[in-house]
Amino acid sequence: MALSSFAAQADDDTIKIGILHSLSGTMAISETTLKDVMLMLIDEQNKKGGVLGKKLEAVVVDPASNWPLFAEKARELISKDKVSVVFGCWTSVSRKSVLPVFKELDSILFYPVQYEGEESERNVFYTGAAPNQQAIPAVDYLMSDDGGSVKRWVLEGTDYVYPRTTNKILEAYLKSKGVAPEDIMINYTPFGFSDWQTEVTKIKAFGSAGKKTAVVSTINGDANVPFYKELGNQGIKATDIPVVAFSVGEEELAGLDAKPLVGHLAAWNYFQTIDTPENKAYIEKWRAFTKNPKRTFNDPMEAHVIGFSMWVKAVEKAGSFDPDKVIDAMIGVAVPNLTGGIATMMPNHHITKPVYIGEIQANGLINTVWQTPATVVAQEWSPYLEGSRDLISDWRHPLACGNFNVKTGKCGG
Amino acid sequence: MISTPLVRLATILFLLFCSTMARADAVDDALAKFFDDKFPRTEQGIDALAASGAANAPAILEALGDNRLLIDQADHLIVYQTTGGDLINAKTGEKLAGVEAGALKKVRVNNALRRAIDAAMGSLTLASPDPQKRLAAADAVFKARDATALKALDVQLAHEADPRVAEALRQARAAIIVLDSSTPSADRVAAVATLKARGDQDAQSLIDETAAKTDDPAVKAAALDAMAAIKAHLVWLNVLQNLIYGVSAASVLLLAAIGLAITFGVMGVINMAHGEMVMLGAYTTFIVQSALPPAFSQWSLAVALPLAFLVAAVVGIAIERLVIRFLYGRPLETLLATWGVSLILQQGVRSLFGANNRQVSAPDFMSGSFDWAGLQITTGRLWIVALAIIVFAALQLALRATSFGLRMRAVTQNRRMAAAMGISTSRIDMFAFALGSGVAGVAGVALSQIDNVSPNLGQGYIIDSFMVVVLGGVGNLWGTLLGALVLGVANKLLEPVIGAVLGKILLLVCIILFIQKRPRGLFALKGRAVEA
Repeated sequence: MALSSFAAQADDDTIKIGILHSLSGTMAISETTLKDVMLMLIDEQNKKGGVLGKKLEAVVVDPASNWPLFAEKARELISKDKVSVVFGCWTSVSRKSVLPVFKELDSILFYPVQYEGEESERNVFYTGAAPNQQAIPAVDYLMSDDGGSVKRWVLEGTDYVYPRTTNKILEAYLKSKGVAPEDIMINYTPFGFSDWQTEVTKIKAFGSAGKKTAVVSTINGDANVPFYKELGNQGIKATDIPVVAFSVGEEELAGLDAKPLVGHLAAWNYFQTIDTPENKAYIEKWRAFTKNPKRTFNDPMEAHVIGFSMWVKAVEKAGSFDPDKVIDAMIGVAVPNLTGGIATMMPNHHITKPVYIGEIQANGLINTVWQTPATVVAQEWSPYLEGSRDLISDWRHPLACGNFNVKTGKCGG
Repeated sequence: MISTPLVRLATILFLLFCSTMARADAVDDALAKFFDDKFPRTEQGIDALAASGAANAPAILEALGDNRLLIDQADHLIVYQTTGGDLINAKTGEKLAGVEAGALKKVRVNNALRRAIDAAMGSLTLASPDPQKRLAAADAVFKARDATALKALDVQLAHEADPRVAEALRQARAAIIVLDSSTPSADRVAAVATLKARGDQDAQSLIDETAAKTDDPAVKAAALDAMAAIKAHLVWLNVLQNLIYGVSAASVLLLAAIGLAITFGVMGVINMAHGEMVMLGAYTTFIVQSALPPAFSQWSLAVALPLAFLVAAVVGIAIERLVIRFLYGRPLETLLATWGVSLILQQGVRSLFGANNRQVSAPDFMSGSFDWAGLQITTGRLWIVALAIIVFAALQLALRATSFGLRMRAVTQNRRMAAAMGISTSRIDMFAFALGSGVAGVAGVALSQIDNVSPNLGQGYIIDSFMVVVLGGVGNLWGTLLGALVLGVANKLLEPVIGAVLGKILLLVCIILFIQKRPRGLFALKGRAVEA
């Protein structure tokens, strides 16, 4: 099978790369810009002469924020367009929906967004953060003196798999740090929630118990804007009750007046404001490519930059575009990230990442106030959850297993 | 010892000179700490500035908090930028010329530093001549509970003329001494009483803490007593607060649904593109706001209201003439066709304006909130309630007092009879659709203030709008009003108890049961809808 797909590709001197991001529907707000980044990366690589002497060609499809359509479009990309690799997906639901397709047709997916962990698949490379590369350091920071020695926690999220799993991990983690159950409030709201008056009042009441309180927000994209507006309206300042968000980036802040939000926090593995020559050069390149001097650059975009250069390196290392060979060659590939460090693909198919905590500035950009001293290795199986504690993932031969149970010594959870 | 006036004068002058020197040195030392731009050093600088009590300290600290304090590496100066954009040498207070603000490095601050700045500003501006500033300072001291501010508080209290500021000062004083075990017991009991009179959540949390920590039996008893009183008061306040939120939610529902009540009620058309009319209204607001010169930005919403009505009404007429007209009496086809139209409109706006949210800012008089007898009222929401009432009254007037309204009601009640009496039902349909769509556009202006202006804006409201109309009874505006109120208030009363997700589910179940019992909603109307 590998030979036949190779033969099909060798017909002409181009290699196809699939881009599977929603360009319409609710997720278009976040995903459209990732498609643009991929187009820039492919264009740039072609100017350098392509990969293994072949030109790259982007195949863009629009799964329209419709989860089953993601699977259909993925199948179309792999079987009909014969792409060698796919870069795509944003929500965890969309990733879960395409997984069986990638397994069945044995192709490669690069997934660029922070997610809830508890997964490691042979055909997927996760270039976004696992919970220990984002959520846990953020909570650690808030517990420290610098972060205000927070003692009481509101875990506020949108009602779907990512916030629910992340909050489960965070709750277990906080309890392991000696936080009493009555000092943790967990709350969920529906997708696209817009009337935050009651919720914010509840947070305010919870925060006036004489202990320093913080909100850990896993609120999804669109609902954030009215949430922050309401915080501003009710006069909750970051100095009183700071909110740390895991899915609010420069892109989301662009739609909102940031002045009442100054000091609220965001935890990511990349900020546009990080002052390194690589980052500056990249943002300039990006703005020239999009012909927009104000375009922002964010964390999942950096993840695609890293993922793409890793793929190029792995293909060169394997000397082939064959997915099986590339998957094996990927592990151990190291490329520079945009923040002055090195990202390495680990045997669990996740990459090493630095963690940055930033505060929102009046101009809508985020300034780093804390960062990890070195890059952090992802824990895809959380040690704080029952059932995932004993699992490890190692895709190197001979183990080659994504959920090896060290207690029972068996692969398969 | 010879003491001539001259010697005395010289001594005084010398002492004065020394003290100003010392002050200048203190400020200089404090400013020197800002050069490193390291958080712990900057905090020392803030403390030193606060301790110096220098006249220019508040201005420097304010600039630091607003990210306007800059480091001029070349000239080794700390400068701050005024809100007007001038650069001022922080040490001397002189204006700096020939330096670009963009070339200078900002002194970074984090939340811990902002808290330190707020506390320092509190004690520094307690004696400010502006009563508003004194009030803010007293509040800052109340929050920071900075014991070093106690002396300044007492000095200011002794000659404070403004009763509101005096009350705030007393509360700030109470907040400091209530937890201080070295204060006499009677004073602390009095402090508890002051806090009890304040009666809000901040006071409650302070009293809770006092009751938990103190060993003094008198203070503890007073604190426990005050705690019970405040809690009972807060329970009532909470219910009232939720009712207010409910009314505010109802006003949003009413605005979104009332246009639908006209199209769905009068014409029996299930218009799935109704939400997109709302979205068009919101985008009209965005366009108006970007097109208006900044000087008129306060008026942007007033300009946007009639324009949004027009835009949505014109699009509504186009949809009615081009699509719906051919599908009258075929509800399923109308539903599918209008749903298609809604998708086309969404993607059209997305292609035109991009997928990102557009920022619509609120005019000054519509942002923030105010406190009314302990209740939090958001100004923007209050305006939306007002708009909903005005729109409702205007529509009632249009339907009751104009000849168009009369004809429309006639068509609603019996289409064929109305046609037989010489009313052009097709024209009435068109105008009714335009009216319904236009009102949706007006709703869009209001929603642009509280929700995302994105292509998906309308989708979030279409289901709720249908719920309101169906619950209220098709074709009756009073029913729509009542439906919106019931849904809004019930939602907001349920939300704090069982959460937003479960609350919504429970409400939907209740509506289904209710519709089973009364299929025509709260107010049933005789008319075409009934016959159909």
